[in-house]
Parts: sequence; C-alpha cells; structure tokens
Amino acid sequence: MTPRILGTETEFGVAVKDAGVQDPVSNAILLVNSVAAVPSRTTLWDYENENPLVDARGFEVEGEKERPAPDYNRLLNKLLGNGGRLYVDGAHPEYATPECTRIADVVRYEKAGERIVEACRMGADRTSGDRRFVIYKNNTDGKGNSYGYHENYLVSRSVPFMRFATHLTPFFVTRQIFAGAGKVGAENRADSAPYQMSQRADFFEVLVDLNTMVKRPIINTRDEPHADPAKYRRLHVIVGDANMSEVTTYLKLGVTALVVSMIEEGYMVKEPKLADAVRSIKDVSRDLTLKQPIALDDGRQWTAVQVQEYYLETAHRYCAERGADPETKDILARWERVLRLLASDPSQLSREIDWVIKQDLLQSYIDRKGCDWDDPRVAMMDLQYHDLRPEKGLFATLDKGGYVDRLVDPNTIDEALTAPPTDTRAYFRGRCLQKFPDRVYAASWASILFDVGQAVVKRIPLNEPARGTKALVGALLDESDTVEALVSRLSA
Amino acid sequence: MTMSQEKKRDLKKVGRRDEASASPNPETVEKGKKMKENIDKLLDEIDEVLEENAEEFVKNYVQKGGE
Repeated sequence: MTPRILGTETEFGVAVKDAGVQDPVSNAILLVNSVAAVPSRTTLWDYENENPLVDARGFEVEGEKERPAPDYNRLLNKLLGNGGRLYVDGAHPEYATPECTRIADVVRYEKAGERIVEACRMGADRTSGDRRFVIYKNNTDGKGNSYGYHENYLVSRSVPFMRFATHLTPFFVTRQIFAGAGKVGAENRADSAPYQMSQRADFFEVLVDLNTMVKRPIINTRDEPHADPAKYRRLHVIVGDANMSEVTTYLKLGVTALVVSMIEEGYMVKEPKLADAVRSIKDVSRDLTLKQPIALDDGRQWTAVQVQEYYLETAHRYCAERGADPETKDILARWERVLRLLASDPSQLSREIDWVIKQDLLQSYIDRKGCDWDDPRVAMMDLQYHDLRPEKGLFATLDKGGYVDRLVDPNTIDEALTAPPTDTRAYFRGRCLQKFPDRVYAASWASILFDVGQAVVKRIPLNEPARGTKALVGALLDESDTVEALVSRLSA
Repeated sequence: MTMSQEKKRDLKKVGRRDEASASPNPETVEKGKKMKENIDKLLDEIDEVLEENAEEFVKNYVQKGGE
C-alpha cells in the first residue's frame, strides 16, 4: 500500500463570558493573534491556487474567491512551525494539521492543535481582562448552528468522483456508531431525542453537494486538491464530528482511510445501498441500542453494525490480498472488536468511543442528581465535555483521572507543537519557516514563496505532497545556511 | 439505577472486569467499594468544575454557523 496523505481541520466554538462586547469575527481574530509561538508573524497565506468553488462533478459555481489584502491576510493566518495552519474561518478559529501519512500522527497533530488553541485562549485572556473566553472542540451550539470538522484524504484523480460518492455514502451514514462525539437533544428541525451519537447528523439535508454551510451534504464535492490537479483529488469529508477521544479519532480516520483505499483499488462493488441516506443518518444517530434496521434500496433491512461489517469483511480481504502495515492491522483489529461490542454491549466502550464515554458520564450524573436528560446541567456537561481548558474540560477531567484510554504518548504531542511530520511536504514547509522565518514571504499547502530581496519573490511549488520529506530534503535544508543557497540547490 | 447496573459500570470504568466477574469474595467486594468511591469522586469533581448558572450559560452559547 502506498502511504495515503491525510489531515484534518477543526473549527472551534467560542464562548465569551462578558458577552455582547465584541463580535465573533473580532474574537476569532484576537484568539488567533494570541498564538504563543509562530516562526514568523509576517508570513502571508498564499491564496494563489485556492478555489473552493470548483465542483468535483465538473463545473465551477459563481462566487467570490477569498483574496485578503496583506495586512488582513496576516491577521487571519498563522503558519505554524509544525507545518499546520491556524486561521480565522468566518467567525471561528480553525486549526489544520500538517499533512501526515500515519494515522497516529494525525491524532498527535490534532491534539497538538487543541493545545495551541488553548494557549491562544490563555493569551487572549491575559491581554483582554481575566478569563473571558472558553473554547470548545465540538460542532454545534445546540441551537441549530453548526461548525465543522473536516477530514482530507488525498486520492488519485483517475478514480471517478462518483465512485467515491456511491461507496462512501453507506459507510458515512453508519460510521457515527463508533465516530460520534455524542449530543444531548436534537436540532435543525430533526426528530426529538434525549441523547444521540452524533453532533452533526441533524445537519445533513442532501446527499451530494458543494455547499458546506447551508443544506449540508453527506458527500461534499469541493474539488480543491492543494496538489497537482492532474494527478490528485482531495476528498473533503465534512460529515464527521470533532472527537475528544484519541482512540475515537484514530479509528475514525484509520477506518476511513482504509475504506478510501478499497474504493480506489476497486474492492467495493456490491455493498448495500441505502434507500434514504439523509433520513438514515439521523435515525442511526438516535438508535443508541444499535438494533434498529436501516432500509436498503433492495428492500432488505440491515442494522448500522451490519453495514459496517460488510465494509470490515471487504477490508479483511483487501488487507489479506494487498498486505497491510502494522498500523493498518491494528486499525482493522480495533474496528472488528468495536463493532462486536457495539452489537453486544456498547457500554463496554466507555473508555474509547466518545459518544459512549459522554453518555456514561451524563447517565451517572443524572442518576446521582435524580434529574432528567433535559436538565440544563446535563446540557452544560454536554458542552463542557469539549472545553479545552485542562482544569475545566470534562473530557480532560476523565483523562486526568484515568477513566479513558489514550493512544499516543503525551510527550510526542508536545513535540508535535513545533516539529513537522518528517514524511510529507509539511516537513519542508515547517523547516523553512523555522530556519528562515524572515525570508518566507508566503506559503500555502502547495507553495512556498521566498523573499529573495529587491522586492522579488521566488515561488517554489509543492505540488507533490509525498515529496519534501526529511529523507528527500533533510540534508539539503541542514546544509543550506541561506535562502539563496537553498533556492539555488533546489533549482539545480 | 439498580445495584447491578452500578456495579457493572464501576467494574467497567476501572477495568480488570474479567477477574472481577466471578462470585463475590472479600477482595472483590473491597475492589467494588473502591470503584464506587472512584465514580463518586469523579462526580464530585464534576460538580466542582461545572460552570455555574448552567441554564444561563447554555442559553447564551450561540455560534455563527461555520465551514
């Protein structure tokens, strides 16, 4: 198996304790600009090749491309030494991990992002009065407003987009049984529920579309590869929840990456088609017993676990025939075990799977207080589960007390705050930013622009995400003491 | 919540459920007590960290839609 390039983007929710003073956009700008350490505060984000208006189905929609003037660009964007990006997206602070190939690395960099954003909060509180902001890694305010968590998987352009759309739909509708972050209540005019598996399920209204903010689709068609467009697509997955549990994040990304590989290589052919995916995504989210069947388009009725088992069986065959690295084998084994427990006794996953961890905690609280699911304290706990403050966050409290499983060594999360992954172009980006902070005029996922003096900028394209690795450019970077030396050796 | 549900959760939370599922001997009972204490401790901690005025706080938490 060739390594898959992948990464995630997390939009954070922001509460302001003295509400009404500032607007959400200025709050997000303040938070992002309170970042503790970045290589350079003047480097611009290079928007040159960005165009979120191109649809994978082969057309481009009307709309305005984002092209902020330099000063505003600097306010909105912070390029991180770890190769990731911290920025303002609409009215939310957002963090994108650097490009990774190992699933555990994405988990590490996503967790590092939580710490980076939490440090922003502390910085903002220091400069603007005491304890003003609270930041949540969740996806909804509980009142019908959702903000996203997006996964990105680089895939071959040679595979028709609709093949991914077809084969991923039943997978995404049922993936929430192990990937959901849990939510109290229902919203967006969906059927009422005391508690459901997914933060996001209520918000999906159509099957396939380019939109991400209104009428959200299960399959998003944004065709913006951030790489050589002749060779690659970037599957932009908007259907998932932001997770707190490392184990849940690992499973969600690892299993999805595996399914993407199976689709790419033509392994998915006869999987079940759902009669009504948009309806089923909400039904599955509400079925905490995991026993309710979903209608298939041929009249059969399968449970969500059965749908996942179909993908699992195919994955076993795929890995047996194509071989699997140790991480993929681990993911396969965990996926199998989790599905078995979901079918028999989901409560056994209360150390690993977010929606079960949260449900278990809230149920214990409800039992002690003798209150109900609609008690405001329960809604508060639902929100506070995602609070990034180590002393206040409920997931953080569970983690500290040893009530939940971890996946990665916390020390390696510390390293991921500043060190880029070594096996993608993020290595080149991160190292250049660190070594020549004043000379990187701008950068993006697919470019780096050096200031070579006399108002001249030298643009280095990074169109191959699997290049720019430590193995390929580590020595070159070590040996180049100046940007001039680096540029001339790169051009040689 | 019934006692058995409570016990099940306690065992599950603290792990080593395979050893603890046999007939109750004094050691298991002792362990069960400790686990119950752990859950109580956790819920006490949560009472301490939970935002005050939960109803007001949750009501005021309104975000712009994102993405």
